[in-house]
Amino acid sequence: MESTTKETTLLVEGALRQTNQMKKPRNFRWFTPSLYIFFLMLPIYWLVNMSFKTNQEILSKFTLIPENPTLSNYVVIFSDPSWYNGYINSIIYVVMNTVISISVALPAAYAFSRYRFLGDKHMFFWLLSNRMAPAAVFVLPFFQLYSSFGLIDTHIAVALAHCLFNVPLAVWILEGFMSGIPKEIDETAYIDGYSFPKFFIKVFTPLIASGIGVAAFFCFMFSWVELLIARTLTTVDAKPIAAIMTRTVGASGVDWGVLAAAGVLTIIPGALVIYFVRNYIAKGFALGRV
Amino acid sequence: MDLSWMAWTGPTALFWLGIVSCLVIMMVWEYFSPGGNPRVGILRFETTRGDRLFISLLGSAFIHLAWLGFIGPGLWWALGISFVYAIGVFKTV
Amino acid sequence: MDKTYNNKAWLLVIPVFLLVALSAIIPIMTVVNYSVQDTFGGNKFFWVGTEWFTDVLRSERFHDALGRNLLFSFIILCIEIPLGILIALSMPKKGIWVPVCLVLMALPLLIPWNVVGTIWQIFGRADIGLLGHTMATLGIDYNYSSNVIDAWVTIIVMDVWHWTSLVVLLCYAGLVSIPEAYYQAARIDGASKWSVFRYIQLPKMQGVLIIAFLLRFMDSFMIYTEPFVLTGGGPGNSTTFMSIDLVKQAIGQFDLGPAAAMSLVYQLIVLLVCYVFFTVMSNVGTDKPEVEE
Repeated sequence: MESTTKETTLLVEGALRQTNQMKKPRNFRWFTPSLYIFFLMLPIYWLVNMSFKTNQEILSKFTLIPENPTLSNYVVIFSDPSWYNGYINSIIYVVMNTVISISVALPAAYAFSRYRFLGDKHMFFWLLSNRMAPAAVFVLPFFQLYSSFGLIDTHIAVALAHCLFNVPLAVWILEGFMSGIPKEIDETAYIDGYSFPKFFIKVFTPLIASGIGVAAFFCFMFSWVELLIARTLTTVDAKPIAAIMTRTVGASGVDWGVLAAAGVLTIIPGALVIYFVRNYIAKGFALGRV
Repeated sequence: MDLSWMAWTGPTALFWLGIVSCLVIMMVWEYFSPGGNPRVGILRFETTRGDRLFISLLGSAFIHLAWLGFIGPGLWWALGISFVYAIGVFKTV
Repeated sequence: MDKTYNNKAWLLVIPVFLLVALSAIIPIMTVVNYSVQDTFGGNKFFWVGTEWFTDVLRSERFHDALGRNLLFSFIILCIEIPLGILIALSMPKKGIWVPVCLVLMALPLLIPWNVVGTIWQIFGRADIGLLGHTMATLGIDYNYSSNVIDAWVTIIVMDVWHWTSLVVLLCYAGLVSIPEAYYQAARIDGASKWSVFRYIQLPKMQGVLIIAFLLRFMDSFMIYTEPFVLTGGGPGNSTTFMSIDLVKQAIGQFDLGPAAAMSLVYQLIVLLVCYVFFTVMSNVGTDKPEVEE
């Protein structure tokens, strides 16, 4: 067995280093993550900081905290339909995409986790290769495809297009969770006289609820952050907020304050979602299925 | 529904027909001899017929690209090399 | 788990197959069709054969973009993977700080990609940005929109900022799945930190590390939005990655043929790398199961 040799190695090395190892204080472990989080927060802090300043202050002075904190940038966004509709549009297609992705991925993931069938591995690889495909390749044909269906500038077009990478992801994550459920549960349910749909909805789905949560989180995330496809498929009515932000570049230069405020508002939905699923994320990642 | 934007041409249609017929042949083959004949070949991981087909196709694509990039037009030669390569893959991988 | 062989399972996969086929197969067929033809708009196409492929494969522009992509992915992986492991190792395993760390670290992952670009665009500007202003005060000549090195450094730092958390979260998840008994055994043996890492933690993280590697390679290889917003591909063409060049050709200049040919070459490279990773991934567990337990 390899573990014996491993043990011996550990023993020898340990004996050699025991002296200096034992005395080492462990109190500085927090330093690395803190430094990293500080690095992560710095640009976000600057964005939030700017969103509470007037343009005049942004351009004329360099202040770490707004001198005259103002909400006027946020007022601009919340009082103008062409601004806040962007958020509504984004939320609509993201939610649509999440619902579609999860509902088609559930049965497929069950099939992959319970059965072998003709070409299953290749099917799985093909799905995954779509997750890895560069969006830029698909932009142009997508535009043509959805034009021919008359779906340009609708929420469903973006939701369907995002399925390209979210469905494979959802199948991948859910398959991981389902494989962890013992097969005996299925068999017992069938013996008890459950039909497949009834078993799936009543018995199986509650068992993998956390898996569905994790998959939904990642679908939400990747649909929310994607811009290239969403921007190409929309013009006015379904335009996502991330694309509307470019409007701030006007004739009189960039409206930095409003741009920063819009940016801050795009971070908030993500932050909320991540807060709600924080206990499941580590589990989802643990399956290595992200 | 107008599909003229897809701009089909004879050769590309043939190309896709070829791919589809490869898949159909694979299914028929699988029907008559199930299991996919798994074995560990020179690449030292287990492959089935489907894997060997995929490796052949992907390799052929790169052979064609290399031919175009280094030598130029005249893809029949590249096609020939691809066939030899595919036979090699099915024999040894 | 031993699975039963049942081709009826296909019925469950068909919805996914149709949905993804609509979004993947029809577009890729169209791309293949475009790649052998020329168009002047209005759905009129002319057969040109393999001309576009020859052009693309021999063009300096494509080689440069590919080179930039590979260099970028290489640098990104060299920084993010070790950094991610280091941070994951030093994260607390339990206590109130765990959710705080997880939420804060995951935050950059959920920011829309063009907002990431905007954040760094603002952050790095010498007139209004914290970073740019600090650099200027320190007397360092830093300008990401005119200096090639500065542009690259900014994009790399931005990507590290954006995506290292993914590696951290993956590694962290791998680490917390190690039973405490392993560490106790190591402590009794008096094992050094390095040997704990080398013989316990690293093997346990192997699976997630391969995935982190795959995801980071793929996503950095197809990077578009962030550098596009930050530098627009400039100064000159120094940060024009393949995706940026592709969109420029397809949407900007409407050169469908060359763009399609380039798409296919790009897609084939991605497919090849993806296949290699997938094969390694699905064989790495079966190769040496005795190491796992």
